[in-house]
Amino acid sequence: MNDKQASKLVVDQVSHRYGEVAVLENLTLEVKVNEVVMLVGPSGCGKTTLLDLLSGHMAPVSGKITRQGTARTVYQQDGLFPWLTVWENVGIGLRSVPDPKQRDDEIAELLELVNLTSFKNHYPHQLSGGMRQRAELARVLAGDSDILLMDEPFSALDYQARLTMRRELARVLQKRPRTVVFVTHDIEEAAQLADRVLILSKRPATICQELPITIPRPRGLADDEVVEAMRMILRALGLNNTDGVTV
Amino acid sequence: MTRQSSPPSTQKVSSRLGRFSSILVLLGLILLWYGISALNLFPAYAFPSPASVLVSFQEELTAGRLLNDIVASLWRVAIGFVLAVGLGVPIGLWLGQHLQARQALVPMLNFFRFLSPLAWIPFAILWFHIGDKPAIFLIFMATFFPMTLATMVAVASIPSIYFRVAKDYNYSGIELLTQVTFPAVLPQVITALRMSYGIAWVVIVAAEMVGCQDGLGYGIWEARNGLRLDSAVCYMIVIGSLGMGIDRLFAELTKLPAVRWGYER
Repeated sequence: MNDKQASKLVVDQVSHRYGEVAVLENLTLEVKVNEVVMLVGPSGCGKTTLLDLLSGHMAPVSGKITRQGTARTVYQQDGLFPWLTVWENVGIGLRSVPDPKQRDDEIAELLELVNLTSFKNHYPHQLSGGMRQRAELARVLAGDSDILLMDEPFSALDYQARLTMRRELARVLQKRPRTVVFVTHDIEEAAQLADRVLILSKRPATICQELPITIPRPRGLADDEVVEAMRMILRALGLNNTDGVTV
Repeated sequence: MTRQSSPPSTQKVSSRLGRFSSILVLLGLILLWYGISALNLFPAYAFPSPASVLVSFQEELTAGRLLNDIVASLWRVAIGFVLAVGLGVPIGLWLGQHLQARQALVPMLNFFRFLSPLAWIPFAILWFHIGDKPAIFLIFMATFFPMTLATMVAVASIPSIYFRVAKDYNYSGIELLTQVTFPAVLPQVITALRMSYGIAWVVIVAAEMVGCQDGLGYGIWEARNGLRLDSAVCYMIVIGSLGMGIDRLFAELTKLPAVRWGYER
């Protein structure tokens, strides 16, 4: 039981800069097992840099990042290999599984989970944007992944597809809980999906506010608690003009 | 939910129409040829009639020369081309991933690409004398450089996201090369194959005019020496048709499901 309480991801006083440009400033953050943390901030504030550091694609200039387990990223778009079918793309997530039978069963189950079973032999370019993101979701969930990093995964979709994908993600995470760090500029998305919303400041980014949201998922977009959460996020970002708060 | 460019029925009708019109153009061309030769505007030896070409076709076929020349040319092109592709594609893959090597070697590769392969004819003959070898050497020189450069450019322009994904899923070394880099450039490599093969087929005719005792190019050279332009036209028809036919085979490669994405978006 003690393990369940452990932090999956610890960011300890991390700073990062590209040459002269400071991007992250003294960032400290802990993500618990199966917690969904959403990072919201102004564009260009270093959200993607933070994800690159979390995934290990880059090393921070100073500070320390501890990661327990495998981290995988869902990208904004085009993260699927176009030369592989949906089935084969999901199979990539199970490369470490030696038994082909077990692998096939797991792929089938994942495709069932994201409702893509009838599209298993399609190639990514034959799918809609939402279906492609669902296939990516199945791929990161496959096998032994522990941490999901999501880099504005629904931002390239149209509004309705985005609503659907939020519901899908909440449903999928219920069945297969994962530790999630989700970067977005979409306040609705944060309010609907997060256990905890972290508001980032302008560059160099640091966490300027933390908002826990304890309502169970799935949450309706127009639910009172969700609207209230959105109001809090807006206020934290200094965008809620109706409250008389000015930027 | 899936994308479709246009309803299949209209597509089929328009492609049938297209094929029909291309046959019409071909018939028109033959008719024009027939008309000009019937008007006797040029002497028969300088402008062979369709009938005389048909007769020489029959002669060449029964003598077995034509078939022998076809096999000889195809063989030389195949060997030279396979060598060029077998070396050029791996070198291109490597160059595409190494900026410094690229900077060092690209000017040289470009220099040779723009050097007509026919400029190598004196060397081909001095080094390889007579027979298949000089022709194979010329085909290689004609196709190696464009194949290498095209592969290299394709690798250098692979979207970086594929490599990030590959890293997420622990691809490295030879696996990264064969399962990510290579499939990512395959559509462009197939296009390069078609273009290089086109060059090879053009070059073989000239290559066989010197240093060979058979082959389609040699056939045309022989026809010129014997002032048999009817036979030359017969060889020209074979060269053009074979070239088109083999290009159709390469075009089939673009229909492989794993490369369709490269042509459809």
